Amino acid sequence: MSLVRKERQGQEMALTAGIVAIIVIFSLLPMARLLQEVVLPGGSFSLDVIRSGLVSNTTWVATWNTLCVGLGGTLFALVMGVAVAVLVSLSDVRHRQAFVLCFVTPLMIAPQVTALAWLQLFGPSSPMLNMLGMAPPIGTPNPLYSPEGIVLLLGIQYAPLVFLIVRAGLRKLPRELVEAAQSSGAGWFTVLRTVILPLMTPSIVGAAALTFVSCVGNFGIPAFLGIPANYLVLPTLIYQRLAGGGPAVLSEVAFLSVLIGVIAMVGIVLQDRISKRRDFRITSTSLPAAPYQLGAWRVPVELGMWALIAVILVLPLLGLILTSLVRGYGVTLSADTATLENYRFVVFEHAAASRAFLNSLYLSAAAAAFAVFAAIPLAYVIAWGKQRWIKALNLAVELPYALPGVVLAIASLLLFLKPMPITGIQIYNTVWIILYAYLARFLVLAVRPTVTGYFQLDRALEEAAQVAGAGLFTRMRTIIFPLIAPAAIAGGLLIFMTALCELTVSALLWSSGSETIGVVIFSFEQGGDSKYAAAVSAIMVATTFLLMLFASLFAKRLPDGVLPWRD
Amino acid sequence: MAGLSIENVTKRFGETNALDKVSIQVADGEFLAVLGPSGCGKTTLLRMIAGFETVSGGRISIGGSDVSTPQMNVPPEKRRVGIVFQNYALWPHMSVAENIGYALKVAGVSRAEREARVKAALALVNMEQYGERRPANLSGGQRQRVALARCLVAEPSLVLFDEPLANLDVHLRASMEDEFADFHKRTGTTILYITHDQAEAMALADRIAVMDHGRLMQLATPRELYHEPANEMVASFISQGMVLPADVLTAEKKGECKVRVLGQELVVRCRPGEKPRRDARICCRASQIEAVKGKGDGFDGSVTRAVYRGGAARIEFEPDGAQQTCLHFDQPDPVSFAAGDRARLRLTSGWLIPAAGEGA
Repeated sequence: MSLVRKERQGQEMALTAGIVAIIVIFSLLPMARLLQEVVLPGGSFSLDVIRSGLVSNTTWVATWNTLCVGLGGTLFALVMGVAVAVLVSLSDVRHRQAFVLCFVTPLMIAPQVTALAWLQLFGPSSPMLNMLGMAPPIGTPNPLYSPEGIVLLLGIQYAPLVFLIVRAGLRKLPRELVEAAQSSGAGWFTVLRTVILPLMTPSIVGAAALTFVSCVGNFGIPAFLGIPANYLVLPTLIYQRLAGGGPAVLSEVAFLSVLIGVIAMVGIVLQDRISKRRDFRITSTSLPAAPYQLGAWRVPVELGMWALIAVILVLPLLGLILTSLVRGYGVTLSADTATLENYRFVVFEHAAASRAFLNSLYLSAAAAAFAVFAAIPLAYVIAWGKQRWIKALNLAVELPYALPGVVLAIASLLLFLKPMPITGIQIYNTVWIILYAYLARFLVLAVRPTVTGYFQLDRALEEAAQVAGAGLFTRMRTIIFPLIAPAAIAGGLLIFMTALCELTVSALLWSSGSETIGVVIFSFEQGGDSKYAAAVSAIMVATTFLLMLFASLFAKRLPDGVLPWRD
Repeated sequence: MAGLSIENVTKRFGETNALDKVSIQVADGEFLAVLGPSGCGKTTLLRMIAGFETVSGGRISIGGSDVSTPQMNVPPEKRRVGIVFQNYALWPHMSVAENIGYALKVAGVSRAEREARVKAALALVNMEQYGERRPANLSGGQRQRVALARCLVAEPSLVLFDEPLANLDVHLRASMEDEFADFHKRTGTTILYITHDQAEAMALADRIAVMDHGRLMQLATPRELYHEPANEMVASFISQGMVLPADVLTAEKKGECKVRVLGQELVVRCRPGEKPRRDARICCRASQIEAVKGKGDGFDGSVTRAVYRGGAARIEFEPDGAQQTCLHFDQPDPVSFAAGDRARLRLTSGWLIPAAGEGA
């Protein structure tokens, strides 16, 4: 009997040890290393790094720019996301499912692909404008190479994020709270202004904070749109410094990345403050309110919503595809001149590009597979564990994703610049350092849906197995894994899709031989080969659509809300 | 203040009729309860009166003017109808005073007047000192009082209660019942009160409308419902009445007639104009059954169950030759019956349920 008990305790300790190891390696270690570089450079306490960072004029300009586009992008995303969420959730517009799918898709497309696609719409070389004969004369700068362009694209990229969060909040709004206001004499807009939107404050503020952090940490959009206009934000400043100075400037960029982290944290803390100022807890559950009858406005509103889809999704993708078919710079696209040569070139001929396809495939598959297997025990402890340190655990898993990707990339660089102690293995300048960063950054994308899955499971299923005499590992293998696997795998798929086109982390960590698709697109565009960049991007967008379709096939077996594009 | 008129109202959800030609007239200042088992359509009725659902047929008018017909529907915010919800529906982001003053603010009432009226409404429900509180910090009974004050402050022509006590515990229910009754007496507001709890309906209402499967079964005073149910549904629903098959032997005379039930001849109360007929039904109450000593008038059978309830036992009894019929009555201490005992019972009185089709 005591032997059995010992074995049980052993298994639980092994689980705990494994989880602690994952957290330490992928969350605490890189963050600690980054902080050490800033305040303890070379092993002794010093504020020199901070001081030299603070006196630099470039730092201040980039910080100011970061704040400007961060706030601007957040505001734009909020307005669009909230408006669409209100219309979809509270009015009687038709074809909701299809609309939500289209509206959320930009979130699934990598930011640099979005940026590239939009760039193809405007400017003198735009194939679409050339076909229409409306292209501005050669030499005119692309209007998107500006802070306004960055704000516009950040808003479009992250409006779906706002939409998803606010929509989830609106779904929980009980109809009585709306009806009580109506029978108090309030018309629909008054109800919206005085009851519905105020009650949505936590969702809206939460979405704002998340969007702000995403905008501030975004690299792809300001890299494509800002660098040509010499409008630098902190992530692009770090990239330029590192590309120009190499490891010598690590301390300096470490400070810059901590600065981004601080800006992001201020956003999160502000959100927490605002949400706690008033009581927004909705305690009752009930049916959702009857949809508002748009009446004569229904068709115009629906047309407006689909026009929005045309602008944010269809036109840019069309621009992307058209560019990928162009024969060369300045050649007007027509049925005769269209060519698939660019696709052939990037897939078969260009060595770095074909390498990158394989690299990204391996990297994202490995990151996804690892995350699925790590997420099941991790989420088990987070969802069902009773220990007090669990809240801290959850926070530690969220941190590397909550902080901008640049921060984690710099932390990984610092951590692995020198060969690892004892073993002497060197992973700097190999594909492994990118894998490490991906694991650390994306783990939470698998943990979140898995935790949701656990909450929807009846714990008695596990307890029944326990009563039947199954040890922890046996229960994990035979009961928990089969039940929770769909949710975890869906999370893995999200990781795969996100990592496949990832740029922020790999732009700072890649080396010759370990290029990723994101890096290749970026290099093509920087080198003026938009047609090749567009071809690679078009392939990636098609892959994304296929993956979304594939995931939707087993959507019925997944917990609600795991696939963001399913309404 | 104004009355409410519901005429032939029908509500169809697809193929099913949630409400089927319901007509109810509520007088100005009346307290009318709508009573029925869940799914009987009472909530749909309330939502149509408030304007949240449209009618498929018939008309609803408040204070003499039509608000709902199949052709038009006055929106809820234009009806001046107050609602007290089962789950209170207080807005968590507003203080108690803000919740109450909402309707006035929407109507553009000046700040000073608003404050005075909110204060008066708080006083009406004995909550003067709670104006600055958040709804989350109130008990269930206090929340329901705030909800009451909120719907009163706009001086609605009609107040609808949607099972307002269903979320409260038994003790609180009794005291809130008193408050509602008291409140109705003071304000004289017309009230339509939805509930599935008959004790609550009996205690509060001037008249009760009993509904079942979307139809109005009977609209009468509590006393009349109990003593003179119009049909079998009402007879068995109200206070667990027993419905027994009987033959009417004589025509009505002075509100009574003679019937044969379970082999026993019995004089029961009845409607005017009843004639002798076969296959009739009577309703009798537990208090109208008593045990017979020896070989007196009555019928034999066996006790199927005896449950002691403190001071008295509830006895369930099956008469010989009528296996489907189960009678129940209370025998006070000393309880002598046990399950399996043979016994002889008799009915002392009853009510002849009018033949189907004679209307409510």
